[in-house]
Amino acid sequence: MTAQALIHVPKKAKRGEVIEIRTMISHVMETGFRRSQSGEPIPRNIIANFACTYNGVEIFRAELFPAMTANPFLIFRTVAVESGTLAFKWTGDNGFAAEQSVKIEVG
Amino acid sequence: MRAARGPVLAAAFLFAAGAAPAAEVPLPERRSGYDFMGPQTRGMQDDDMANPGMLSVLDGAAAWERKTGAAGKACADCHRDARQSMKGVAARYPRFDEATGRPIDLEGRIARCRTERQQAPPLARESRELVALAVYVAHQSRGLPVEDMVEKDARLRPFLEAGRSQFERRQGQLDLSCAQCHNDNWGKSLAGNPVPQGHPTGYPIYRLEWQSVGSLQRRLRNCLIGMRAESYEFGAPEYVDLTLYLMWRARGMKIETPGVRP
Ligand code: HEC
Ligand code: HEC
Repeated sequence: MTAQALIHVPKKAKRGEVIEIRTMISHVMETGFRRSQSGEPIPRNIIANFACTYNGVEIFRAELFPAMTANPFLIFRTVAVESGTLAFKWTGDNGFAAEQSVKIEVG
Repeated sequence: MRAARGPVLAAAFLFAAGAAPAAEVPLPERRSGYDFMGPQTRGMQDDDMANPGMLSVLDGAAAWERKTGAAGKACADCHRDARQSMKGVAARYPRFDEATGRPIDLEGRIARCRTERQQAPPLARESRELVALAVYVAHQSRGLPVEDMVEKDARLRPFLEAGRSQFERRQGQLDLSCAQCHNDNWGKSLAGNPVPQGHPTGYPIYRLEWQSVGSLQRRLRNCLIGMRAESYEFGAPEYVDLTLYLMWRARGMKIETPGVRP
């Protein structure tokens, strides 16, 4: 199944306003330190990178590690400068890649 | 987070040994497991943008629309908009099933549509897709009261009584009954965790300890293992009877799916 994501960005904001962005994506975030019931090591499978761009300009980036919970939930802030698109990208082990984007209207 | 709970439950013996026979929690005193959680966990359940169970709702919504099996049909082809067709359905399960002559739970009912109506390979209990479909269907009943199905259908009565006797029977190496914790000692603390009354209203839930969503049967299995008692195969009639009893015990309480639990 494709990874589902919950993204919260205000639909409208005033120019210069600080806005809060919240993202959560479904992912097991398997640490690589656990073993299966039969004793086999379970390979690491995590999201390693997250980035957010605002009209093509990167405004936030995070590197994630095995200690992060399943379904990483990130909250960050930015200044609403102009109308346009916020794009989110998650990448990780086993070629994991997910992208989503949200429009914002700034007046 | 991912550690086993077994040794912790051994502490239960201290308060449970020698307890008098259990009396049911009086109806007005019933409280959801939600009420026993800390403010952060409650906040997580309340905010659809922070409740990880909502990711499973989205998964279920996608599966609802997906055509599959030899019939080439999606759930949506027959049931249309789940927001209407599935509203209140989870509040009426387990129901009496004519085909088997005994109660069937919601996951069992969905699994049956999958094999019989979609003619698709069966989905394992606790598989991500079956749990997601159950979360999605049950979410359509969020806020609605659990119905008293036994009052509506007397054929369920013997199965209710079987579920009740499982709940009240002492079992396992610790010689405990469900009732000793959930009727007699709710609100007390078990190795730092509050003991809830054991209502099934938030299921399937997102459990922080599991780092995933899981069904009521998975939760029941955890309690049975904690009691060092025998657990059953997922889907076993024992679990369905117990579910029927728990839903009856929670009649009138509101469905919360997807609940978040520690
Ligand atoms: C030793 C005490 C104990 C016994 C015995 C016990 N439980 Fe539990 N049960 C707990 C605790 C503690 C929790 C909450 C765990 C948590 O939140 O991490 C719980 C949770 C539950 C829940 C979930 C409630 C919610 O709000 O999500 C249900 C349902 C439940 N138990 C049913 C049962 C049944 C049925 C049995 C008997 C087969 C049983 N329990 C036996 C201690 C017990
Ligand atoms: C080919 C048509 C068809 C498809 C496809 C189908 N169903 Fe059904 N479903 C039915 C019919 C007909 C009933 C009522 C059967 C009965 O009462 O015996 C039913 C009953 C149900 C019920 C019980 C409703 C109640 O009020 O008790 C649920 C829940 C359900 N289906 C879920 C699903 C899900 C989830 C899917 C997809 C995985 C699905 N169904 C796919 C035809 C379908």
